[in-house]
Amino acid sequence: MKLYDLTLTELRARLDNREVSSVDVTRAFLDRIAATDDKINAFITVCEAEALAAAKAADRRIAANEAGALTGIPIAVKDIFNTSGILTTCGSKILNNYIAPYDATVIARLKQQDAVILGKLNMDEFAMGSSNECTAFEPVHNPWNTDRVPGGSSGGSAASVAASQAIATLGTDTGGSVRQPAAHCGVVGLKPTYGRVSRYGVIAYASSLDQVGPLARNIGDCALLLQTVAGFDPADSTSVDIPVPDYSATLSEDITGLRIGLPKEYFIEGLDDDVRRAVDQAIATYRNLGAELVEVSLPHTDYAVAGYYLIATAEASSNLARYDGVRFGLRSAESDSLIDMYTRSRAEGFGIEVKRRIMLGTYALSSGYYDAYYLKAQKVRTLVRQDFTRVFEDVDVLLTPVAPTPAFPLGEKVDDPLQMYLSDIFTIPVNLAGTCAISLPCGFSDGGLPIGLQLIGKPFDEATILKTGYAFEQATEWHKKKAAL
Amino acid sequence: MASKYETVIGLEVHVQLTTDTKIFCGCSKVFGQEPNTQTCPVCLGLPGALPVLNEKVVEFAIKTGLATNCAIAPRSIFARKNYFYPDLPKGYQISQFELPICEHGWLDILTENEAEKRIGITRIHMEEDAGKLVHGETQESSRTSFVDLNRACTPLLESVSEPDMRSADEAIAYLKKLHQIVVYLGVCDGNLEEGSFRCDANVSIRPWGQKELGTRAELKNINSFRFIKQAIEYEIERQADLLDSGSQVVQETRLFDSQTGTSRSMRSKEEAHDYRYFPDPDLVPLVIDKAWIAEIREGLPELPEAKRLRFESEMGLSAYDAEILAADQALAAFFEACVPLTGDAKLCANWVMGEISRQLNEGNIAITDAPVSPTRLAGLLNRIKDNTISGKIAKNVFEKMWQSGQEADAIIEAEGLKQVTDSSAIEALIEEVIAANPGQAAEYRAGKEKLMGFFVGQVMKASKGKANPGMVNQILKDKLSG
Repeated sequence: MKLYDLTLTELRARLDNREVSSVDVTRAFLDRIAATDDKINAFITVCEAEALAAAKAADRRIAANEAGALTGIPIAVKDIFNTSGILTTCGSKILNNYIAPYDATVIARLKQQDAVILGKLNMDEFAMGSSNECTAFEPVHNPWNTDRVPGGSSGGSAASVAASQAIATLGTDTGGSVRQPAAHCGVVGLKPTYGRVSRYGVIAYASSLDQVGPLARNIGDCALLLQTVAGFDPADSTSVDIPVPDYSATLSEDITGLRIGLPKEYFIEGLDDDVRRAVDQAIATYRNLGAELVEVSLPHTDYAVAGYYLIATAEASSNLARYDGVRFGLRSAESDSLIDMYTRSRAEGFGIEVKRRIMLGTYALSSGYYDAYYLKAQKVRTLVRQDFTRVFEDVDVLLTPVAPTPAFPLGEKVDDPLQMYLSDIFTIPVNLAGTCAISLPCGFSDGGLPIGLQLIGKPFDEATILKTGYAFEQATEWHKKKAAL
Repeated sequence: MASKYETVIGLEVHVQLTTDTKIFCGCSKVFGQEPNTQTCPVCLGLPGALPVLNEKVVEFAIKTGLATNCAIAPRSIFARKNYFYPDLPKGYQISQFELPICEHGWLDILTENEAEKRIGITRIHMEEDAGKLVHGETQESSRTSFVDLNRACTPLLESVSEPDMRSADEAIAYLKKLHQIVVYLGVCDGNLEEGSFRCDANVSIRPWGQKELGTRAELKNINSFRFIKQAIEYEIERQADLLDSGSQVVQETRLFDSQTGTSRSMRSKEEAHDYRYFPDPDLVPLVIDKAWIAEIREGLPELPEAKRLRFESEMGLSAYDAEILAADQALAAFFEACVPLTGDAKLCANWVMGEISRQLNEGNIAITDAPVSPTRLAGLLNRIKDNTISGKIAKNVFEKMWQSGQEADAIIEAEGLKQVTDSSAIEALIEEVIAANPGQAAEYRAGKEKLMGFFVGQVMKASKGKANPGMVNQILKDKLSG
């Protein structure tokens, strides 16, 4: 087996037993990236020198028997994370010259362990998109079928794991941006509870919804990466100061008697046949594993997408005001007044989807419209959250599809934003509720495209969705399938 | 001037707080550093940086709220005020909009005719300051502006009054009162010129008896009490001229020019921003528990109002003296330290407001740096009280104390200034003086009693001011009539 095909747990053992050095492993991954990325385009920046330096430091640490879970492990991160001294674009032309002067908290936590950061991954500009086509750096291609999208916005993060370009990656999830691409690329992706992982240094799209999430080839690897990045950060006022449990320790717990809810609003007309079949099979698997499956209702699901596109765009319109050409990033060369500099820099620097959302959000917050849009959307959010609170009094976990269809062809929805927005209908409510969810492989379409299963947990109960997913993984082989590149 | 119009004024004051660090990051906020050296990713508004509230700012806001009779909100919210300007790094200012930390306060002021009047305080909220622009002054840089973000994210309190003031004098009385309080509390250094205490005035006029408010103009950033008065008075006149000539006042923001004493329009209502306020999702709602408020209330210093009343009732000072001493916390503290050492509040008050204040003003020094301490001053005053020296000599001694830093007794001793109270010595002096002025003595005896003053002066002169004036008077009378 090639080094780049190992799981994190397997690689950890080989590193700790000195069977292989981190430098060797890192070289193997850098070679793999070089060999495959012309087809995938997952990386915006490959950090070869920095990665090899980190690998050397990791090897010294391993030699001193001081290795942590991620010491020497090649990771890649979405280009939304500030990485000191390295280009940080957020997928946008407006930041195409921006060298971050500081590390995001999660990056600092990876570095503390001497994890190896291979590079920065492609994404929809400012995390706005569901197909990774809204990037200033050319679309990412799905490793299972390079004519298909990888999903978005963490498309590069999902595709690079599926293409064995990194052991695991970090993405961000505002309305499904970790889970949906994970599903489309046949990997595991977890969106932690809002407040579980620090947002400090993560370029903001919609601050009240954004959350950092790990992507990996299996549940165990995903748990290890989450373990490293999770936890209170005094630099993020919205991070929550409650202890982080040992996720790996409870993975193999028995799920007999676990109550799994099937929200009827998620099994709707228009759900792709292949997706329905795969999810039904997953339900049967859980029944065989001794879980209790019950139908439940989340009655306000229908309003979630509309509510989300008001709240997220409102926050984005404000969050993206700092890209004004004054202090950093792109400044139009042609401007002859202040207003002109603002308008030209932003017109040249932002892509169409970002502009659309800034316009939407500005409108939703405008004097005279605030109550009808922003405030109403906040009420929707409260109702959606209450739906989850109520249903979690009865069940431990919710099971749903991740996306209504498998990965769609590149170019299919790029001119139809409404259709694009609907690809997130099953993931968005979780962000509005602020709770956690995981996407894991549960089958393939007739066309050979991966299909994802979503398990939604109670707030701060990532441990339960991880062990529920792990039980499924132990009973199935889906996660072992690899894209043929 | 009897006007046809009633003036209505509301004031917005920005109070820059004296915390060591900025409101949402750990940067120092020392004034006058090299541009952009007091900055970090947070106050530079770099992508991904997040604000964390400085607890000291909340404490200062609560202090100010309590001292101005506000209700402290158990839960308040930070909001984003969105607008583009190069000195505003994030493209929004973090402020408070709905649910500010303090509401419904008031201050009592004295109006021109000495009547007490209550001015409502609508709200006080916390916010961050912007940076500043420096415009190029050289030939090459004349079309360039530079951004200095040292001041960005500096903590401010914005206090908004009700439109309760009816004249420029009332506005000034309110501002001075508020200024006194924030300086007393130690939450602001009170420096108007450096912008630590900035005032915007909303001014409108209306015909007497009209209920609805007239259209207002907002006067921006005026940096002295004198200019504020000038700006308001100019504005009242400007609006009255408009109405008199049949025109309308338009709602606008005006900039006052202290050079000319006039103002010009900065932007009209139509050009006003839609700030699109919404709750800042990066900051959680601020929840303040009652115990903390109670603790802060406990720790509040005695405020000028209470001090003034105490100086009158307990120390027997006149209203005027009490007002002046209580107005300045350090001066009041100096005075209060003197009183128990002399047992004479009135004497202490006279000296603190007189000689001490004069020296401070002349030397332009702070009372805390005065070379004469309260104990030293009391030492001098006690020599007046026990008749060792006269009040007049005391002023000379004080002058020397101020120069040399010596104690009063040491100077009195060294210079032989001790008052002469030996009656035989005074008698001898008097006899000399009478002998030297026989003509005047005869006139006095013939009934020209006015000449008493002449004799006292001569005797004092002969004693180099040291003779006890009371004894001189008594003995002179005896000798001249004898």
